Amino acid sequence: MTEMPASDSARQPRSLFGMTLGGFIGRFGALFGLITLVVVLSATSPVFLTADNLSNIGRQGGVNALLSVGMLLAIITAGIDLSVGSILALSMSMLALLAIQWGVNPYLAMLACVAVGAGVGLTNGLLLTRLHLPHPFIATLGTMNVARGLALIITGASPISGFDRAGAPQVLWLGSGSIGPIPVVVLVVLVVYVIFHLLLSNTALGRHIYAIGGNAAAARLSGIDVDRTLVIVYSLCGLMAGLGALVLAGRTNSGYPTAGVGYELDAIAAVIIGGASFAGGVGTVWGTLIGVLLMAVLRNGLVLLQVPTEWQIVAIGLVIIGAVYVDVLRRRAQG
Amino acid sequence: MPESAGYDSQTDNQPLLKLEGISKSFPGVRALHNVHMEVRRGEVHALLGENGAGKSTLMKILSGAYERDTGQIFWEGRPIQIDTPKEAQDLGIAIIYQEFNLVPQLSIAENVWISREPFRNRTLQWIDWKEMHRRTQALLDELHLALDPRRPVAGLGVAQQQMVEIAKALSLDAKLLIMDEPTSALSGAEIRQLFSVIRRLKARGVAVVFISHQLDQVFEICDRGTVLRDGEYIATVNLADTTEDEIIRLMVGRTLDQQYPKMPARRGGEALRVEGLNRAGALHDINFSAYSGEILGIAGLVGAGRTELMRAVFGADPIDSGRITIFGQATDVKSPQAAIRAGMGLLPEDRKQEGLVLLLSVLHNISMASLDKLTSHLLLRLDDEREQAAGFVDRLRIATPGVSQKVQFLSGGNQQKVVLAKWLASQSKILIFDEPTRGIDVGAKIEVYSLMNSLVDNGVAVIMVSSEMPELLGMSDRILVMHEGSITAELSRHQATQERILAAAMGAEIDD
Repeated sequence: MTEMPASDSARQPRSLFGMTLGGFIGRFGALFGLITLVVVLSATSPVFLTADNLSNIGRQGGVNALLSVGMLLAIITAGIDLSVGSILALSMSMLALLAIQWGVNPYLAMLACVAVGAGVGLTNGLLLTRLHLPHPFIATLGTMNVARGLALIITGASPISGFDRAGAPQVLWLGSGSIGPIPVVVLVVLVVYVIFHLLLSNTALGRHIYAIGGNAAAARLSGIDVDRTLVIVYSLCGLMAGLGALVLAGRTNSGYPTAGVGYELDAIAAVIIGGASFAGGVGTVWGTLIGVLLMAVLRNGLVLLQVPTEWQIVAIGLVIIGAVYVDVLRRRAQG
Repeated sequence: MPESAGYDSQTDNQPLLKLEGISKSFPGVRALHNVHMEVRRGEVHALLGENGAGKSTLMKILSGAYERDTGQIFWEGRPIQIDTPKEAQDLGIAIIYQEFNLVPQLSIAENVWISREPFRNRTLQWIDWKEMHRRTQALLDELHLALDPRRPVAGLGVAQQQMVEIAKALSLDAKLLIMDEPTSALSGAEIRQLFSVIRRLKARGVAVVFISHQLDQVFEICDRGTVLRDGEYIATVNLADTTEDEIIRLMVGRTLDQQYPKMPARRGGEALRVEGLNRAGALHDINFSAYSGEILGIAGLVGAGRTELMRAVFGADPIDSGRITIFGQATDVKSPQAAIRAGMGLLPEDRKQEGLVLLLSVLHNISMASLDKLTSHLLLRLDDEREQAAGFVDRLRIATPGVSQKVQFLSGGNQQKVVLAKWLASQSKILIFDEPTRGIDVGAKIEVYSLMNSLVDNGVAVIMVSSEMPELLGMSDRILVMHEGSITAELSRHQATQERILAAAMGAEIDD
């Protein structure tokens, strides 16, 4: 054929290893940031590379890792889930209530914890697709408040502590246990990430998620059940928050209704740092993992370097701004 | 034919703009190579070529958006540099893109004078509204436009917005006006009006570069034309001395014996039957059948309900009543999934908005409707998926560096082939093409028609909605004509004439 995509390719001006500059930063910027951070911290802090500290990072980053991978799905569909932090609090409160105050079988309580998460997620999905609320921002902003309020109500607004004393030490394993030198939560995160990677890359559902984020109208006319897919996505998002609740409860040996405030924002930041775009259709599990690690290492490093808490907050804020700027650069590169 | 004879042979008139040996490369692509062009004062000059021929790159060099690699630009005989859009503007070069650069909330006058507002007091930046409206009114009068300068642009139609762009160009004292596909969104009457404005500009000595795929319009309004192909300069022609066929030959580099390569059809069984279909306000008592091995054309004016009918049949829009029978089976087509399961596929009118996910790859777009078939034990068979896509790229001759290329980087014709491949992969037996060749250049059009031929030859039922009369007459075995949501005529290939179709499209009853 005589037609060549010449004028189209012409839209990519500056190139670096066959990628545009923006595309390059979008794909590898976070990884370089992480590597730089690790190198700098290894050089400046004698504690950073110790096994104790690394497993600390794993334990502390684990919850965000679980929330982020759920958030990734929502963001790929061009959506967002603001309720995951509150879902985490509600699930965790339910777990503590059942296992500690009511003496329910710990395994049943753990199942309920995850089920509550998935249930609120399902509700998000149904609000979005059945009530046709205009944007997931609205639906999940609503459930964010509802779930937080419910958590406060069922706990009487105070923490419920002591799974071990209540005869439910099994609950602690996920958050506090180790297999050899490796925290259980790290292994759980790895398994979850592999499953989500397979889901996104190797299943029809994964393809549907990308297609909906890229162009929902075209996805629908290609026979993709957009509503059903979105319900699954938000349910998985909630499920991950429930799993995160299990981990946090295990780490803190308690359930408290004020848990997870602002966690949704950490998760959003990790996903965007990891190369996903608010415009939808883009994002990978491994990119998100890099985003999660970057944030966890940064937090840990700021503590090790004895940066005052208030300045830690400023630093995290700057990283989020930087991350969104990376998103801007990438979109500009795509024209 | 004047292959290159027209170029710089006439010296009666010093050219306003002259390009010599312009080349421009991007990483991996040679967009322009040694291109010549000469535009005279008061001339309407066509820039001709298929998609990807280099027209937009050349235009961007003229507008200062790109820098040329080599070559010279002469303006009124003097060699010049155009490094920024501002420099182009200062010279008197104005460009009207397909997407207008207007702020909808602002008035016509504000848009025309944006960032150049006349001030009553410069220090206070106090705008002289009276003067601004007076000047705008003068420009509008000159264009014979009955519009109030105070009116917000938001309420204007496409044609009027285009006129505001032209007024803005005149306010900049433009000597050269470049118009990219200016007629693509206009109705017949609006095109007439645009052409009369262009003739008035011409009389004022303004030169116009006219970029269009519509050759009949090029012949009507343009004096000369420059043809590009694959980034190379091919010829400059006097349009009065040439023919449409000759231009097409220059554009595609070979002779196209037949624009509509229709093959005789062998009509098979009934594939789709629609009975008593209604959708309030859009479709009234629609009855028709489509048969395997046949191309059924759907004609009608814009707004006659053709796209609405196709969307309803495909389950994309709900219907109020009606029966749809697919291959003899009554089918409740309540969603596109149901339609696809029953064997249908839709190539939508707006393929970028509805047919493709532009930021996904050729591979993922092709497999989008056939993922179920590619799944075993919950996981996709990625090798099979890739093999399937590569097969279609080969068979449909989709010009792409590979199946991983993002669809947004393909030309219109190749994008359309990707949409088609998606439905072939899902083994659709009834294919609805809504405006199959809109925005596709001549060479690729013929390929699409040939693909339709081979589809019907393989027993697929093809339904083709089209606004292009020659295409309908050239490719359809049977034509349904719609008017205000109803079918007003059914014509066989032999009965169909342009006059009959038009009469039925305007609502006249046809007897035979």
